[in-house]
Amino acid sequence: MKKVQFKSNYSQYFFLAPQLGILLIFLYWPIIQTFRDAFTMQDAFGFGRQFVWFDNFLFIFDDPAYFIAFKFTIIYSFVITLVTGAIGLLLAVNANNVMHGKSAYKTLLIWPYAIAPAVVGVMANYFFSERFGLLYHLFNDLWGFNWYESVFDSYIYLIIAGSWKQISANFIFFLAGLQAIQKSVIEASIIDCKSSFRRFWTITFPLLMPTTFFLIIINITYAFFDTFGIIDTTTIGAPSGETRTLVYKAYMDGFRGLDLGSAGAQSIMMMLIVLVITIFQFRYIEGKIHYN
Amino acid sequence: MIRYFSSNFSHLILLIGIFIMIIPVWLIFASSTHTASIINTQGLQFFLGDKFLENYTKVLLYEGGFFKEITALKMFLNSFLMATGVAFLSVISSLMTAYVLVYFRVKYATLLFWIIFITILVPLELRIFPTYSVMSTLNLVNSYWGLIIPISASAIATLFFRQFYKTIPDELLESAKLDGANTWRFFIDFLVPLSKTMIVAMFIFMFVFGYNQYLWPILVTSSEQYWTVVMGLKMMSGSIVNKFAFVIMSMIPPVLIIIVLQKYFIKGIFQDK
Repeated sequence: MKKVQFKSNYSQYFFLAPQLGILLIFLYWPIIQTFRDAFTMQDAFGFGRQFVWFDNFLFIFDDPAYFIAFKFTIIYSFVITLVTGAIGLLLAVNANNVMHGKSAYKTLLIWPYAIAPAVVGVMANYFFSERFGLLYHLFNDLWGFNWYESVFDSYIYLIIAGSWKQISANFIFFLAGLQAIQKSVIEASIIDCKSSFRRFWTITFPLLMPTTFFLIIINITYAFFDTFGIIDTTTIGAPSGETRTLVYKAYMDGFRGLDLGSAGAQSIMMMLIVLVITIFQFRYIEGKIHYN
Repeated sequence: MIRYFSSNFSHLILLIGIFIMIIPVWLIFASSTHTASIINTQGLQFFLGDKFLENYTKVLLYEGGFFKEITALKMFLNSFLMATGVAFLSVISSLMTAYVLVYFRVKYATLLFWIIFITILVPLELRIFPTYSVMSTLNLVNSYWGLIIPISASAIATLFFRQFYKTIPDELLESAKLDGANTWRFFIDFLVPLSKTMIVAMFIFMFVFGYNQYLWPILVTSSEQYWTVVMGLKMMSGSIVNKFAFVIMSMIPPVLIIIVLQKYFIKGIFQDK
């Protein structure tokens, strides 16, 4: 913290008021309600509310659909992280390697970052439609692709749609990470090691670890939450609920099913998952990686 | 310049990458300039047709939602209002909160930091129904404030400003104090001008964030009058080429902002000077 500071005085309340006001009314109040929903059950007409301990949680654990959504969320975030990270890194290494046109490449590769997931989904729709979808027909010719019926194929559909724009985010951060590595380190490594491939994996990549782990968190968050717009504009869970993420399922149960108790319990489970990942990131991974 | 491999290979890889990024958008754009019957019989088109003006003006001015109460033009206006509102509100409030966190000697600083930081763990998606019920209690459903306020408290922007303030040398405040600056003067005359790049970067970040909202506008607007572009895409009726045209137009504002202000954005996010 700063050594020189202002003494505590009344103007601080003015500076804090807007953000804390919004947080308290539109964040903390709803969060308290989420907890109330999760531990209570409403009767069918919405008149009464009864405290039911962990019943709502037990219900979701009894629900096979919850585990299907759980499985999909884990697979989806793992694959998205891997695919977008690998392609983003490949592009960043090559953009860092060229002498001419570096900034043009940068511009031409980062713009998809700005496109809304829901817009990406609507676009993906056109490439996977049975009527004139180019990718639908290409994959259909190759192995009989049909995402309306095959779970595997609907995974493929969502992975392609979900990865496309996220490659840009990975590219930007990896490129910045590469540019931050000191030239002298790389120069020294050239003397020690002739193989550029080995040099990359033994010197450069370890130095990129902070960026990599930051991006893992960014990608997981993206796959958990931002893909809502993609799913809702593409498969809507097709074939039959196998491609719903936990967030999408919670929304559907709350909105279509009007089961706020279950939606609340699912939200709290999701908060716990995010919390565990965050703690894992801080405690376990941050301690093990090298910073220069 | 240190190379891992030949730069021709790099150019090839990068061009493939750019191709993958551009080709889907190009195909939709080219197809949006044809008639619907061509798309329905021959599929997506690679070359431009001659219906550009016709299709785009039709979408902008005549085609709308289910009940034809709204045009795409109005949706763009709504989206623009929402995105600008979110960007303004979140940048100003984050700037001020970070100021207190870094520059005030307050006892509850750690607690305050956690009250703000913990909200990163609870995105809107996880508290969507309770937030809606708060909005309807406050009578903010179907209003611009309803679209803007709940997504305007950004812990991320606050963290970025806090990080940035910490890199400013202590001497700045010392000399400002010698000049007799109080908390207001220091903030407005010293800190805000110094944070210009960061402010622009966060403004872009929050503008794109606000513009790209999908789930929240769906829930909080039942009246077509408040529909935004991103949510309107799915709701829109009309022929396939009009939908193509709308998809293309919906991308333009955020993509343009990122491309034009790219330098500020990257400078701010990575804090390199």
